[in-house]
Amino acid sequence: MLLSTKNILGTKELTKQDIQQILDTADSFKEISTRAIKKVPTLRGKTIINLFFEPSTRTRTSFEIAGKRLSADVINISGSTSSAVKGENLIDTARNLEAMNPDILVVRHQCSGAPALLSQFVDCPIINGGDGSHEHPSQALLDLLTIHSQKGDLEGLKVAIVGDISHSRVARSNIKAMQTMGMKVCVVGPPPLIPPEFESLGVEVSHNLREAVKDVDVVMVLRIQLERQNQGLLSSLREYSNYFCLTSESLAKARDDVLIIHPGPVNRGVEIALDVMESPRSLILNQVTSGVAIRMALFYLLLGENNANPN
Amino acid sequence: MLTLIKGGRVIDPANQVDGSFDVLISDGKIEAVAPHGKISGSKTKDALVIDAKGCVVAPGFCDMHVHFREPGHEYKETIETGSASAAAGGFSSVAVMPNTSPVNDNRSVTELILSQAKKTGLVNIYPIGAITKGLKGETLSDMGELKESGCIGYSDDGKPVMDSELMRRALEYSRMFDLPCIQHSEILDLTRGGCMNEGIVSTELGLKGMPVEAEDIMVFRDIALLRKTGGRLHVAHISSGGAVDLVRQAKAKGLPVTCEVAPHHFTLTEEACLNYDTNAKMSPPLRTDEDIDLIKEGIRDGTIDIIATDHAPHDLADKQVEFDNACFGIVGLETALPLTLKLVDEKIITLQKAVDLLTHQPCRIFKLDKGTLGVGKDADVVIFNPDTKFTIDPEKFKSRSKNSPYKGWQVRGKILHTLVAGKSVYSDHNA
Repeated sequence: MLLSTKNILGTKELTKQDIQQILDTADSFKEISTRAIKKVPTLRGKTIINLFFEPSTRTRTSFEIAGKRLSADVINISGSTSSAVKGENLIDTARNLEAMNPDILVVRHQCSGAPALLSQFVDCPIINGGDGSHEHPSQALLDLLTIHSQKGDLEGLKVAIVGDISHSRVARSNIKAMQTMGMKVCVVGPPPLIPPEFESLGVEVSHNLREAVKDVDVVMVLRIQLERQNQGLLSSLREYSNYFCLTSESLAKARDDVLIIHPGPVNRGVEIALDVMESPRSLILNQVTSGVAIRMALFYLLLGENNANPN
Repeated sequence: MLTLIKGGRVIDPANQVDGSFDVLISDGKIEAVAPHGKISGSKTKDALVIDAKGCVVAPGFCDMHVHFREPGHEYKETIETGSASAAAGGFSSVAVMPNTSPVNDNRSVTELILSQAKKTGLVNIYPIGAITKGLKGETLSDMGELKESGCIGYSDDGKPVMDSELMRRALEYSRMFDLPCIQHSEILDLTRGGCMNEGIVSTELGLKGMPVEAEDIMVFRDIALLRKTGGRLHVAHISSGGAVDLVRQAKAKGLPVTCEVAPHHFTLTEEACLNYDTNAKMSPPLRTDEDIDLIKEGIRDGTIDIIATDHAPHDLADKQVEFDNACFGIVGLETALPLTLKLVDEKIITLQKAVDLLTHQPCRIFKLDKGTLGVGKDADVVIFNPDTKFTIDPEKFKSRSKNSPYKGWQVRGKILHTLVAGKSVYSDHNA
């Protein structure tokens, strides 16, 4: 069975069956990364281009490793080395790359909607590797895989997402994916970082971390970007931490088996305390491992099971 | 040179005419308007006859808010292509905004625009001069010189005059010349980096929003200043229901404030931005159904004085980019009539009132001796069939730019002829 969509632009377009299939496929790929020889010939002869207009280590590397473990050829192009610095328009850049016949384009861009724009001009499948404040679907899927591997069935689980919800593509992708999977989401942060419209997306809004984490299964902590302070959205990181840093104290009322996740990179001591980060409840490194499996699954499913070489 | 337009329904709100009349044009002027068949044969001998049966004959439309991009951005539009677009939309007079390059903030630019307009000779072009030099919001432009050169109003359109002291002085000083100050009402502190209305759609798309309060606060401030200064305030392209209410209250107090609305602000909402369609990116942004309802109420009760298109041509290179990086604005001249007729379909206004909003009212506010079929006036005339249905195809626009969100819309109301001073400047091929 193939996915219902040709591109992975956001979790909004994915059905429950799509997500379930991606998680199942990723689950079966996990084992490959534990082998002595971490490579299968599944996508031999396929070309994947990572087109990254924004700095990224984790996501880019994860896509690269995922492609290589499936024997695809992976090419990385970053914004600063591409023709964008010479003033080339995004569409022209992508069309030129497409003329070299890649099989998948992974795009990260600082502008919301850039991958959607590209998808109108290129024929090969596009995976959104994070666009502005819009979506970061592979991150949400790897978060689900991480939670799924600990909790099993996702239906009915409660998640608190803490931090700068307003500017977070991770929050948006997760809210949509989690809702599709029947999970309940509460977003937590100071009002300037949570526009009131989030309530109409069907999530609960809280400004009290201690109360919000009381009976949730998962707490997802988001990175606070330092520049928000200059934009007047925060008075200071110190003040933010006083109310929203996830510490053992703010977790006092939380359940013992609560899971802690964070998409990284972490500002230690700002949004999450060191001891919480390193506690057994923290799955931050499991997320990174899940990321490779999820991206392998996306490549595999987009290129089509029939299209790929047998394992 | 005689032209007889016969058998049409003449709607001339300036003279309270609505009925079956013939219009005789002689040497570019209106010679006679008389009940159908009543102009004597001796007078109409040798006249070129235009059969207007089934059509509306009205004064040529007047759009007090267009951007023709010349000088400076001729790849988007020129005075020539903009004029052709105006004529195709039934407009015989337009007021061009000063955000050209260089800015129209002095006599030499005004004169250049007028001389280009004369060379093209299609429609009447009225320049609007900048309120502040270079649109920088720092020092007042020479308003007297601008008026003497031919400007009919002042505006920094595209940008608001943010400095309250400067706006106060602009309203005060412009009193000497009895021309309106046209404000693009937007508190920039609230919209910095924004590219669409702030609301549910911007939240979902992850785009920075421009809250409606940015418009309301500026309209409130300007009305407060107006109460102190006198002068005349014209609120450009009103898009907020709250701002309509503020204008209504100010008018009730007898303050000299007027306002305009663009057709896109009563036909489209923020939802047009879904899928990151950059042809739905404009400033002020498309708002909500609630705003549209309040705008329609404002049109119905006369709070909103005129319809103006904010015709803002942009090349594909400026629109076929990331939503954040796309230019604001859409072309509007060639869709204005059919979109305005939607208000008639919805029984918000009568057809007569629709014509009034596009002719007599703008000329009243800007004190132009246009928008009328009075005997002896310039024969600026539009003939349109309000019932002809068609599908909007931007590729067929006369404008150099095709940035319209209305592609594929089924509408009614087709322009058949546009005359300026008795001369045909546009005729539909099939007419």
